[in-house]
Amino acid sequence: MAKTSSSAWKTILAIETSCDETAAAIVHAGTEVWSNVVASQIESHKRFGGVVPEIASRHHVEQMTMVMEEALREADVTWEDVDAVAVTEGPGLVGALLVGVNAAKAAAFACGLPLIPVHHIAGHIYANQLIEPIQYPALALIVSGGHTELVYAAEEGSFEIIGETRDDAVGEAYDKVARTLGLPYPGGPAVDKLAAEGEASIDMPRAWLEQGSYDFSFSGLKSAVINKLHNASQKGETLEAADVAASFQGSVIDVLVTKTVAAAREYEVEHVLVAGGVAANRGLRAEVERAMGEEGLKLTIPPLKYCTDNAAMIGAAAYVAGKEGRQADMALNANPSLPLY
Amino acid sequence: MNVLAIDATTYASGVALARDGQVMAERTTILKKNHSLRLMPAVEELMNEVGMSPAELDRIVVAKGPGSYTGVRIAVGTAKSLAWSLGIPIVGVSSLETLAANAKLFPGWICPFFDARRGQVYTGLYHGGAALQSIEADQIVLMEEFARRLKERDGSVFFLSPDVLKHQEVIRDVLGERALFADEANLFMRPAELVRLGMEREPEVDTHAFAPAYVQLAEAEKKWLASQAGADDE
Ligand SMILES: [Zn+2]
Repeated sequence: MAKTSSSAWKTILAIETSCDETAAAIVHAGTEVWSNVVASQIESHKRFGGVVPEIASRHHVEQMTMVMEEALREADVTWEDVDAVAVTEGPGLVGALLVGVNAAKAAAFACGLPLIPVHHIAGHIYANQLIEPIQYPALALIVSGGHTELVYAAEEGSFEIIGETRDDAVGEAYDKVARTLGLPYPGGPAVDKLAAEGEASIDMPRAWLEQGSYDFSFSGLKSAVINKLHNASQKGETLEAADVAASFQGSVIDVLVTKTVAAAREYEVEHVLVAGGVAANRGLRAEVERAMGEEGLKLTIPPLKYCTDNAAMIGAAAYVAGKEGRQADMALNANPSLPLY
Repeated sequence: MNVLAIDATTYASGVALARDGQVMAERTTILKKNHSLRLMPAVEELMNEVGMSPAELDRIVVAKGPGSYTGVRIAVGTAKSLAWSLGIPIVGVSSLETLAANAKLFPGWICPFFDARRGQVYTGLYHGGAALQSIEADQIVLMEEFARRLKERDGSVFFLSPDVLKHQEVIRDVLGERALFADEANLFMRPAELVRLGMEREPEVDTHAFAPAYVQLAEAEKKWLASQAGADDE
C-alpha cells in the first residue's frame, strides 16, 4: 500500500501545531483546499495575556485526532484517498510541535503512507499558492506573533532569509503595546481597530538599522510607547489612546513597507507576498497595496484564514516538498529552531 | 488479541507487542534521549521483527501518566493517532500502576513513584499478593508527607522508582527498616506488564477525548487560579 513514487503524492493530509492552533487540512495538488480545520485556543490563552506553551501542548493532544477526523470528513475522503501525511517540523513551540509530529508519524505508519516534513515559514509563503500561482523571483514578508521576516525566493523551493527581527516579532510588539493601552489579547486586531480612530500625531522612532539592512527591531518602539505614556502622566497630561495606537502602527507599517519596497527593488522580484497573522492588519494591507501599486509590482495577500496559522498552507508547501522527494522517517523530531529550507 | 503497548513516562522508553494475547517482543531503552526520536522507530522495528502489520492490531495500550508532561504527551498522542487511524480501541493505564506491577507478588504495600521536583513525587499506593490492588489514587505529594502517612499503616512498604536515590534518605528517616527498595532490574516500567494490564480492562469510550493523566494543573493555571482567589478575597 505504501506509495513510493512522489509524483503520486497529490492528496495530502497536512497537520500544523506550531503554536496555539490545532489544525489539519486536506489539500489536493498543492492548490485545492478540500478542507481546512482549525481548533483555535485563543479563548483559553486570553486570561494569561499570551500563549502559555504547556497549556497549548495540552490542548493540542486533546484536539489533534478530532481535528484530523474533521479534515477527512469535510473533504469527504477516507484514508484510501490520501497519498501522504505532512506536518510542520518547526520552527515553533517545541512541546506544541511534538504533538503534531508524533500524531503525523503514527498516522503515516498506521496507514502505510509517506511522511513529508514542512517548514512553518515555507507554509506561510506557499499559502499564497492557494490564491494564485507565485511568480518567481518573489519576495515574501512574513509578519506574525512569532515572526518578522523578509524572504527572497529565486525559484520554487528556494528560500533565502534576507531580513529578520533582532528582538520582538511584530505581533509581540502589538501584544505588548495593547497591554500598555489596556487593550485585550491578542493585541493586533485591537490596536489596528483603535488606530483607525486616531491620528498618527505622536512622534515615534523608526528602527532603520544599518544602511541597506533588511533586519527589523521593534523593542525600541515598544519602549518609546511606554515612555511617552509614562512621561505624559507624570506631567498630568493624557495622551489619546487612539493617537498612540495610530502613531505606533504608523511607525511599524512605515518600516515594514519601506524595507519591503527596497528589497523588492534590489532583488528585482516579480511578485510580492505577504503572509502571517499580522497580514490581516487593515492598516498594513492598505499601505502595502498602495506602495506595490506605485511600484507596479504584483502583490498577493491571502485571506485571513490562510494568513493565520492553518494546515492548508502546510499542505500547499508539502506538495512542493513532495515533488522534490522530501520525505521523513519515523525518527522525525520537532525542531523549534529549524532553519528555513 | 494483538496488542501494541507504548510508554514514555520517564526517560526510559518502552514498547511491547503481543500476538493472540502472548507477548512476542518487548523493548526498553533507558537513555536520556528525546522520545520523539525513539518511540515510533521502536514500534516500527518491533512490528517488523514480529512480522505484524499495523492493520493486524486490535488494541493500543498506553501508559497515560503521571510522569514527564512531554513524555506522556508523546506516548498518548502517538497512541491516540494510531488507534484512531486504525479504527481500533485505546486503553490508558496508570504509569504508576504499571511500575507497581513489577512487585505484584509482594504481599504488602507497594509504593511506585516518580520524582516531581522540590521534594515532591508522583505516587500512589498499591497492595500486592494474589492480585495488585489500588489503595490510594495517583497523586502529587511531598515524599516526606506521604512516607509519614505510610508509617501509620502496618508492615513493610516496597518502593520502586527510577528516582529512588533522590528520595531514599527521606523515606528511611521516616520508615526506617520498614522501607524496602527494589533492585536495579525493577526500577523501570515493563512494557509487557503494560500489555497485560491493558488487555484486562475496558477500552476508553472516546479515543478523541482521551487525555494524559497529568495529576496536576499546568503552572500558569495554578498561578492564575491563585490570583483569582486573591482577587475574590479583596
Ligand atoms: Zn505562523
